[in-house]
Amino acid sequence: MKMTGAQIVMECLLEQGVDTIFGYPGGTILNIYDALYKYSDKIKHILTSHEQGASHAADGYARSTGKVGVCFATSGPGATNLTTGIATAYMDSSPVVFITCNVGESLIGKDSFQEVDITGITMPITKSNFIVRDVDKLADTIREAFAIARSGRPGPVLLDILKNVTAAETEYEPLPREQHYSSGRLAQLMKRASEDFRTPKPNEEDVDKLVQMIYASEKPMIICGGGVVRSRADKELNEFAEKVDAPVAITVMGGGALPGRSPLATGMIGMHGSQASNMAADGCDLLIALGCRFSDRVALDPETFANNAQIVQVDIDRSEINKNVPTDHHIIGDAKVVLKMLNEKLAQQHHAEWKDYVFSFATETEYDENKDKLTPKQVLRTIAEMMPQDTIVSTDVGQHQMWAIQHFHFDYSGQLLTSGGFGTMGFGLGAAIGAKVGNPDKAVIHITGDGSFRMNCNELATEEHYDAPVITFVFNNGTLGMVRQWQSLIYDHRYAATTLDRGPDFVKLAEAYGLKGAHVSTEEELRTAIQEALDSGRGYVVDCIIDLDEMVRPMVEGGKQITDFLVK
Amino acid sequence: MKEQKLYTLAVLVDNEAGVLSQVSRMFSRKGYNIESLAVGATSDPETSRITIEVICTEDQISLLSLQLQKLYPVHSVKLLDQSNSIRRELVMIKVNTPTSAIRNEIIQISNIFRANIIDVSISTLTIAMIGDESKINGIENILKEFEIIELVRTGYVALERGLQSIYEDTKEKGEFNYGKNVL
Repeated sequence: MKMTGAQIVMECLLEQGVDTIFGYPGGTILNIYDALYKYSDKIKHILTSHEQGASHAADGYARSTGKVGVCFATSGPGATNLTTGIATAYMDSSPVVFITCNVGESLIGKDSFQEVDITGITMPITKSNFIVRDVDKLADTIREAFAIARSGRPGPVLLDILKNVTAAETEYEPLPREQHYSSGRLAQLMKRASEDFRTPKPNEEDVDKLVQMIYASEKPMIICGGGVVRSRADKELNEFAEKVDAPVAITVMGGGALPGRSPLATGMIGMHGSQASNMAADGCDLLIALGCRFSDRVALDPETFANNAQIVQVDIDRSEINKNVPTDHHIIGDAKVVLKMLNEKLAQQHHAEWKDYVFSFATETEYDENKDKLTPKQVLRTIAEMMPQDTIVSTDVGQHQMWAIQHFHFDYSGQLLTSGGFGTMGFGLGAAIGAKVGNPDKAVIHITGDGSFRMNCNELATEEHYDAPVITFVFNNGTLGMVRQWQSLIYDHRYAATTLDRGPDFVKLAEAYGLKGAHVSTEEELRTAIQEALDSGRGYVVDCIIDLDEMVRPMVEGGKQITDFLVK
Repeated sequence: MKEQKLYTLAVLVDNEAGVLSQVSRMFSRKGYNIESLAVGATSDPETSRITIEVICTEDQISLLSLQLQKLYPVHSVKLLDQSNSIRRELVMIKVNTPTSAIRNEIIQISNIFRANIIDVSISTLTIAMIGDESKINGIENILKEFEIIELVRTGYVALERGLQSIYEDTKEKGEFNYGKNVL
């Protein structure tokens, strides 16, 4: 069938089962949007206020549904506006295909209007990227892009299509998704790889060795990272944790894989890790890290991290092994597959005494709730109590993010959407909208701070227009709280450029976008606001006034030993 | 393991635009300076072979090659054992020869080094020579006594001795430390 490049893009998206796209049009991508117009009964397009919002929405959609997110943008500034979103997806291994168009072949390299070398710019922040100059290679390249985004350790892929390619015509041969790996470039990739890169098979001996290490261990501990969440290995992790009978700490990216209220959960580990998690890491004799790369926010000091333990790393990406922390043993494979193998081989273990020791330390920080201001824990407890249990929670970055992970207690993989690796302020609202679009039956909330929210609050317009209700909770302390916390603790209270003694009034802002909102400063007001938000079924902004000097506790300074608490 | 030394990596890649920059960028991204880089097509015109030399520790070179193997245009990465591989570089040196006495002297020197004279003019001689560090440094040091107008080196290329090649898997228990890519 003869088709234009733009139509082939649509057909290839349908091959992949894509029904939702986030994006923003412009000059060079017009042909694709013109085709989208004709395919609008099959593919829904969400127009955001800014390309960055679209990139985060596609990312949030991917993280919450487990499908590949798709995002469109035009050349030049459209493409560069995506870069923060691409880097965010890259650092957290989220599968998103970004499609940008560039100027036509005759204008390439001439510094034409809105021309930019986006494949060059995004090289270090994509799993792979492509520039499509030939319409005959278009379908094949799109199939390869999707395969790369979702296989192995997922990640973002960028396709830059020249404008003349979207207009050129060629023969399009439909190909069902199951056959993609046996045709074109993907077939070549499969042939030259020594192993099927879609499902690397863990080495049996490596698994057996870990089983023996578990039998020999008296004080085992498990760290659950983002890899477990990406492979949706909740069931396997729960069974494994119970069989090993070991405390389980989560990293920021691992939230949800083990229910937060499980008796084995010690909470977050690392810089703002709970006392129980950090003390366990220091005291254990076997540390099993699942899909976790020991970032500098977890293994604060690689030299002293888990010094008394043998460290075992389970990861799908070989290049993560020994990258940050030297390990004693490792298994290459998908968390779900490895855990299944382990569960089959393992006999039930018992470590009551070790658990008693670990859980003698606090798993959660207590706050004085008798003050006249709301405490972070109070806000989160109230939200968790009143919202449906499967509510999807998206966060921005800063104090509110840490509080949310410490106190909300996530129950399943994909419930928590947060920028753990890149730490992108302004991620939350876009991600929440993407999650709501992908999960229309679930409630979605957006936890943010007054600093983060101001960055991309323009997406309230998107939320309103597409009727994708998100309840935004602003932890409003009138400051860039996390930076202020460092200034208080490390910079002798010199508050340089962190005080946000300025607008906007977030409730008026919500109203300006056609939504409702409320300022709350007591638990009672908070409850009334949440109820109103739930009853209205529309987007809502709850502006929670909290204390300027409230801190995220505990805190260990970067580079220090994990039990060296600056504040408890 | 902390000892730094010179490592030679052979990287087999798709012969496409942008691949060299992807590979070389990996080194700067991870904070390493490339000592020598040479690239050219192989017997298969679809693939190119890049030879890269870098000074680092053994742990670092192993992490670097794992990172390189993650790049999709990379077919395979192989760490070449210094004692079991041949490394050669081509150098071209243009020397000022104002008098015939100097010209004769330079011709003699290049004969001793088995170098080739590839261009001659009234007042210059251009010499080409293939060799390893000691040989190339040797001729360069002697010619410095005269006036070197220009000097260019290709960077090292290297091959393993014997039957082994970059197309072989060198796997241990399903892991491919060096050799064919698993993607």
